[in-house]
Amino acid sequence: MDMKKDEFELTPDLFEKLDESEKNAEKINYESKTYFQDAWSRFKENKLALVGLIFLAIMVACCILIPIISPYTYDGQDMSIRNAGMSLAHPMGTDSFGRDMLVRVMYGGRISLSVGVLAAFICLCIGVVYGGISGYVGGRVDMLMMRFVDMMYSIPDILYVILIVVVMEPSMFSILLGISISSWMGMARQVRTQVLTLKEQEFALAAFVIGASDARILLKHLIVNAMGPIIVQVTMLVPSAIFNEAYLGFLGIGLNAPQASWGTLANDARSVMSVYPMQVVWPVLAICLTMLALNFIGDGLGEALDPKKK
Amino acid sequence: MDKTCPILELQDLKVYFGDSKGFFKKKDVVKAVDGISLKIYPGETFGLVGESGCGKSTTGRAIVKINTPTEGKILINGKDITKIKGADLKQFKCDVQMIFQDPYASLNPRMTVGEIIREPMDIHKIYDTVEEREARVRELLELVGLKPDHIRRYPHEFSGGQRQRIGIARTLALNPKFIVCDEPISALDVSIQAQVINLLEEIQDEMGISYLFIAHDLSMVKHISDRIGVMYLGNLVEVGDGDDVYENPMHPYTQALLSAIPIPDPKVAREKQRIVLQGELPSPINPPSGCVFRTRCPKATERCAQDKPELREINGRLVACHLYDKD
Repeated sequence: MDMKKDEFELTPDLFEKLDESEKNAEKINYESKTYFQDAWSRFKENKLALVGLIFLAIMVACCILIPIISPYTYDGQDMSIRNAGMSLAHPMGTDSFGRDMLVRVMYGGRISLSVGVLAAFICLCIGVVYGGISGYVGGRVDMLMMRFVDMMYSIPDILYVILIVVVMEPSMFSILLGISISSWMGMARQVRTQVLTLKEQEFALAAFVIGASDARILLKHLIVNAMGPIIVQVTMLVPSAIFNEAYLGFLGIGLNAPQASWGTLANDARSVMSVYPMQVVWPVLAICLTMLALNFIGDGLGEALDPKKK
Repeated sequence: MDKTCPILELQDLKVYFGDSKGFFKKKDVVKAVDGISLKIYPGETFGLVGESGCGKSTTGRAIVKINTPTEGKILINGKDITKIKGADLKQFKCDVQMIFQDPYASLNPRMTVGEIIREPMDIHKIYDTVEEREARVRELLELVGLKPDHIRRYPHEFSGGQRQRIGIARTLALNPKFIVCDEPISALDVSIQAQVINLLEEIQDEMGISYLFIAHDLSMVKHISDRIGVMYLGNLVEVGDGDDVYENPMHPYTQALLSAIPIPDPKVAREKQRIVLQGELPSPINPPSGCVFRTRCPKATERCAQDKPELREINGRLVACHLYDKD
């Protein structure tokens, strides 16, 4: 005890009074950032996710701009150059009808990507409404709604996708319907879990106390705060929908010719696979790279939106 | 102060949890609040104390309708609010507000401070334009000691004490007459506690709001409260004027609670006899028969196991204990 006293003694003259103008306890020095600005700065740190995002952006741009850039159309046949190899005129060669593969793959990308995005969007809407109501109302309603989800899960999804597509004739609409029906449950579960935990938080109770309606509490307070995991789930739904569509196309119950998606392109090339393997490789490569990019983006978003979970 | 008409009156309020049957098995009933009656008058601060799990927060939450009472009445200005709807409910939401315990959890992290404080006015359509509401938000921010230009900032940019003041500004946006303060200072450090307490007192002086102040810090409750109610296991055991209860506790539980307050002077502390309660707090699923405190009471008699003591007026104070029975 005594030793310490000798070392250093605090005396009043060591202190001086702070000038009144320097007292500013309420001042906040750093720049104000919204949640998404914050998330974006974290997302940029993840190089893999950034590469994925750039790749996807280029892919989407090419798919949209292809009719302007390319002199060929997706159904223009040229029997003189059937099954041509790679050349300057046709970077990916041509198929067995002499159609330019690059243009076909890009047009296929239009279909595949829009199926992916639309299916994910439909799942988002169904999942948020269903899961939100289930989690918010709780009790018996929640139990019944979740048992229905379990029931949907227990049926192999490809079974009713095929059934719906076969019964309704293959079209964009029936394929979308089939894929959405088979994959909204994951989103609903995710949203429900989020809502269940968030609704016990004090800010949700505070919203209730100030007289907010149920819809307002659910949308403005609960769903908004569950946005992070929901966005991640959506980015994971896009590749799985693309994959499902390709799967259907490859089975031969996809879109009708001459329309094409990546799946039907691979299917078309199947018959000549042993002679011209590149015709299969291009659409498959497009599927693989896009799915990889989307998965990287999904992982990156997961980390960026929820820094605690890593 | 109008002592004749209480702003809040609880009549035999009971809040039980888990009393609906489960799907597969019957659930146990937790008697969180088991028959509480009290009155709070305009401009008054009523402190509610008790250890964790005694039902004080549940009482507060029942008053703002977060928890539904199983039995009993909650009267605001003489009107039972347990079953109100429509316009009455809207008026009730304006009149009765709540300040929450955890300033880190009670503000929506995705809304700016301006949006948070404006929300009650948006919901109840107070003022016609957004500009008028924003002006009021700036006024409120100033009132709670924050800078009006913080309006575009997000809650995570503020400290705990600042956030609690944002929460207070939000409750004040509706000009309430009664505020339930559910341990508003327990998550803050001591210097900030004083700041928030002083702010609450200033607001009360200015606007004549009544508080139900829930806490487990007895000295803080004594400082702010006009009257104190002591709760144990869902029951009120003693109600009286703040200083009076503090100086001269009558119920054995209040005595034990008060003797546990640390005294800053070691000389006095050494002289003091602490009453150490034996045993654990009984489970509210299966409370003891008769007086709920009898299992831990140093002065329990056989009678305590049979009759449940009622709150009765003794020397200008309400006490629920057989020790003070005349017969």
